[in-house]
Parts: sequence; structure tokens; C-alpha cells
Amino acid sequence: MLNLLETIQIRPLSDSTVVIQVGEGINEATHTKVKTILNLLETNPFSGFIEAVPAYNSLTVYYSPIDVYFSNLDKGVQTPYEIVKAKILALMNQSNITETTNNRIVKIPVVYGGDMGPDLEFVASYNGLTPSEVIKIHSSTEYLVYMLGFAPGFPFMGGMDAQIATPRKESPRLAIAPGSVGIAGSQTGIYPLETPGGWQIIGRTPSRLFLPEQSPPTLLQPGDRIQFVPISLDDYTKDFGVKTWE
Amino acid sequence: MQPGMLATIQDLGRYGLQKFGVIVGGAMDSNSLRIANLLVGNVEGEGALEVTLFGTSLLFESDELIAITGGDLKPTIDGKSVPMWQPLVIRKGSILKFNAAISGSRAYVSFGGGVQVPEVMGSKSTYIRAGIGGFQGRKLQKNDVFECNTRTESGEDLFNQLQKKTSYLSWSVHYTPFVTFKKTQTIRIIRGSEYERFDEESLKKFFSTPYTISTQSDRMGYRLEGQNIQLKEPFELLSEGVTFGTIQVPSNGQPIILMADRQTTGGYPKIGQVISADLPALAQMQASGQVFFKEVTLEEAQWALIHQEKEMNELAFGLRIKRLHQL
Repeated sequence: MLNLLETIQIRPLSDSTVVIQVGEGINEATHTKVKTILNLLETNPFSGFIEAVPAYNSLTVYYSPIDVYFSNLDKGVQTPYEIVKAKILALMNQSNITETTNNRIVKIPVVYGGDMGPDLEFVASYNGLTPSEVIKIHSSTEYLVYMLGFAPGFPFMGGMDAQIATPRKESPRLAIAPGSVGIAGSQTGIYPLETPGGWQIIGRTPSRLFLPEQSPPTLLQPGDRIQFVPISLDDYTKDFGVKTWE
Repeated sequence: MQPGMLATIQDLGRYGLQKFGVIVGGAMDSNSLRIANLLVGNVEGEGALEVTLFGTSLLFESDELIAITGGDLKPTIDGKSVPMWQPLVIRKGSILKFNAAISGSRAYVSFGGGVQVPEVMGSKSTYIRAGIGGFQGRKLQKNDVFECNTRTESGEDLFNQLQKKTSYLSWSVHYTPFVTFKKTQTIRIIRGSEYERFDEESLKKFFSTPYTISTQSDRMGYRLEGQNIQLKEPFELLSEGVTFGTIQVPSNGQPIILMADRQTTGGYPKIGQVISADLPALAQMQASGQVFFKEVTLEEAQWALIHQEKEMNELAFGLRIKRLHQL
């Protein structure tokens, strides 16, 4: 059982959003609380609730001050913010809150190096390793998806081995191919769409991360655990029929 | 059609999917979009055309009920000036053109029945980077053709009444409660989450000197140029949710205001947050326009929005009465 009231603080971000701050730093215990609160809000939405966006140690709750106001006219002079804050606190004050857990493991096939991962050599030499050691380290860890942001389906993950940490490129690339797997500092991530970016690109996955025609529209969800599986370029083109080696 | 600077289909945005990293998007000036739709008998969140600055022209292949709201981009029909903020019927074969940005930077064209494009993830808004929504997931290009849905019952009534008229209507919506178009504007803000982390000198400058909207501004964000803003001491902020009107200060000290196509999360310290009631006026400002920031309380911000909403409800009611009294 979780005592959420002791760990949270509520503050406004705007006149239509509040932030529920949950602890400090990036860690799994905080992440579990964030997911639990998200689940509580989504299964017990107050009138005027629009959506909640989880991050490492906070959730941002979007609401309509208009709907909150018009559905609480009996509350007199209370502002929509005060009403929303009270409703969230009441929700957190239930005695029978159980943790929301997720044990899903998603395997992400990756072609490392070559044209698919033009920065693999740099990441290796920067850390005094061989490219195959980088691949081994990168693909032998389990990563936790803390949140999605930056682009649809882009996972902010934790758990990368510090041995392969590498700073961002000094000048960002103008276009990074969808599916590119990169390293920036001590983080690793996957680009769902073609975007400019400064991450060191070590490989590419044929898996699609953004699936607008599906619900939910992303391959990964907060709380998923990810395993990267090295594949050959032949597997990439054979299994997915994509011609990418030019 | 000719696309001009930028023309996209927008509605009130795509909500409910931000936790997947899907942006909200939608009209920059939501009040003008809502009014444009109300004027032609649509639901206020219907998809409409957002025209930016100048150069956009549309050839109509059938008689249509439309309304033009937002910034004055000098609209003409077949070369003759056309009134804004009122419903009108445009004839088959006519060309609606936006000639110059006189005031404001975005005009909205609503169509009786709405633009016929599929809703993607619950919205008609164009999400250009992901290539979804709006017209084939992109900005409009030369020779694109789109259709309008069947008019609503009240839209059909308006269409029939306007068809009988020999001139434009003598009235138009009094829009000042909803949006303003001045070159220099005072924009109300509440304190941002990291307000206390900025040094006092910077905060003083932030509220007392003007900031110029740079030419590097777009639907994603307005970059400001002005007095440098500094933190008391550097600190690392973890990424968290950001919203329309969030004012972030990156390490170069020049603020950025996040607009309709903002990302869902951000990691820069937030000095302020534009109040919702002033977002339409901000969204209408052109590059080189000047902003003064004025601090209000959260309470004032929420009452300002509720007040504006009551005005919108009265407008919707007033328009219904006008229609029932033959305009």
C-alpha cells in the first residue's frame, strides 16, 4: 500500500494545468508512484479533467477551468485551481491504493554500426572500447521507460551502463532517420520520426515507435522495459523489406 | 489554391495523447477560430483554415458559406475588399485572397459544415512533423483541393438567408473581448515554476523592459529578444510537462514562449506562464512586435478566462438570435 499524500506537492503550471510533484530525482520508486497516480486520475477523472502527462518525478494535469467552474457553481468563491487541488488530494487520500505495475518487456531489434550507426566508432574510441564491446554493453542491459516526450513515442529511458556514456555531438545533424538509436550523455534513446538531433547514433531499429493508426499510438509505454537485440543488416532488410543500404 | 506563407487546417487541438509525446497543436488563436465557426453555424471546435501573413488564395468551386476572422490580412474576393467577422456567401468561381498582413498574423476561414478531412487521433489539426491530421498531414500546397461537409441546419438557414441579400451584412462581431491586434501589447502572466530561481535584477528587467518577437518564431514557439535573464545559480531541471504560453529561459538568457505546436515536455527553467485569456492576442503578434509582461495572480488569470468564456457564450447566443431574426 502506498501513502501518496506524504510524497506529493501540488503547484500550478498555468491557469489550466497543475503539476503533481512526486519526490526527487530519477528512480524506480518515484516512477512507480507517478504511474500509480496516473492510473488513479485516469480511472477516477474529476469533471473538467482533460489528461495527465507523466514525467520522471512529476505529473502535469490538464484541466478545463471553465468546466471545473461550471460544474462546481455551488463552491462559491473557490477558484478552479483550489477545486482541482482539493479533488486530487482527496483522490490521493484513499486508504486502499495499490501500486500500478507493468512487467512488459519489449525487444527492440537493432542493426549496430555502419551507415545505420555512424557514431558507433566514435562512442567506442571515446570510451576506450571496441565497437563490438559497445554493442555488447548496450544490448545486455534492461532499460526502463520513464516517460515519453520530445517526439511521439520517444522514450526517456534509464539504466544505461556508464561505460558507454558519450557527450552529444558538437553540431547536431539536420536529419536523423526514424528508428535511429542514440546516446547522449548517460542516456540512450530511439528517434521515432525524422528530426534534427545531436545524439551519437550507434544503430537503427526497423521497429516503428509511432503508430498513429493504432491505440495507443506508440510502441512503448511508460513503465515498459526494453531490451536491444543486435540483428544483421540482412535481417533488417529481409524481415522488413526496407532498402536502406545505399 | 495558392498556399502563401503558410496555410494549415486546425481545430482546437489534439488532447489526451500528450503522455505518448503527441503534441496538442490546434489553432494559435483559438478564440478567432471558435468565432469563425460560430458565424457559419458549425460547432465551435470544427476544423477551419489558418492562414499565416499573406499570399494565400482559394478558388471556390461551389457556392459556400464562410466567415473570416482573426488578423486583418487584407482579404479580397475577386480583388474587392471583403468584410471580416461576419458570415457571407462566396460564389462559385470566386477567388478569396489574403494580400498583406495589416494587423495580426493569422486569419481563420471557416466553412459551413467544416473542412472535410478525416479526424486523426480525435482531431483535424495538422501535425506537420509527424505527417498526420489536417490535409494529408501537411501544410497546404498549390492546387490542393478540399471539400466541405454538409452544412448544419443553422448553417443551411444562414446560407439561404445570405443568398437573398444583395450586399454584405451591416454588422460584424465585436471581437475586442477575445483578441487584440496591437503592435506593442501588454501580456499578462503568472509566475513560472522556477520563478524564484532567477536573480532579482533579471526579474526586474523582465517586467520593466520590452521583449521583441524575433523572426525565428513560429507555431512551435516565439523567441524573444531583449534584456538577458539569468538564474541565481545554475541547476539541473528534469524534463516535465510544459504547456501553451510557458515562458522558458535557456542558458543564453533570451526567453522562449511555447506556442500551439510545442513539445509535450521541456527541461528549461520557467520564469512565467502567459494566462490563457491573453494567448490569442499573443498568437496574433508579428515578428518585430513588442511585448511587455505584467504579473497577475493565478486567481485573476482564471477569472479572466471564465469572464471571456461568458462573453463567448453570450456571443453564441446573440448570433443565434440574429439568425432567427433574419440577420
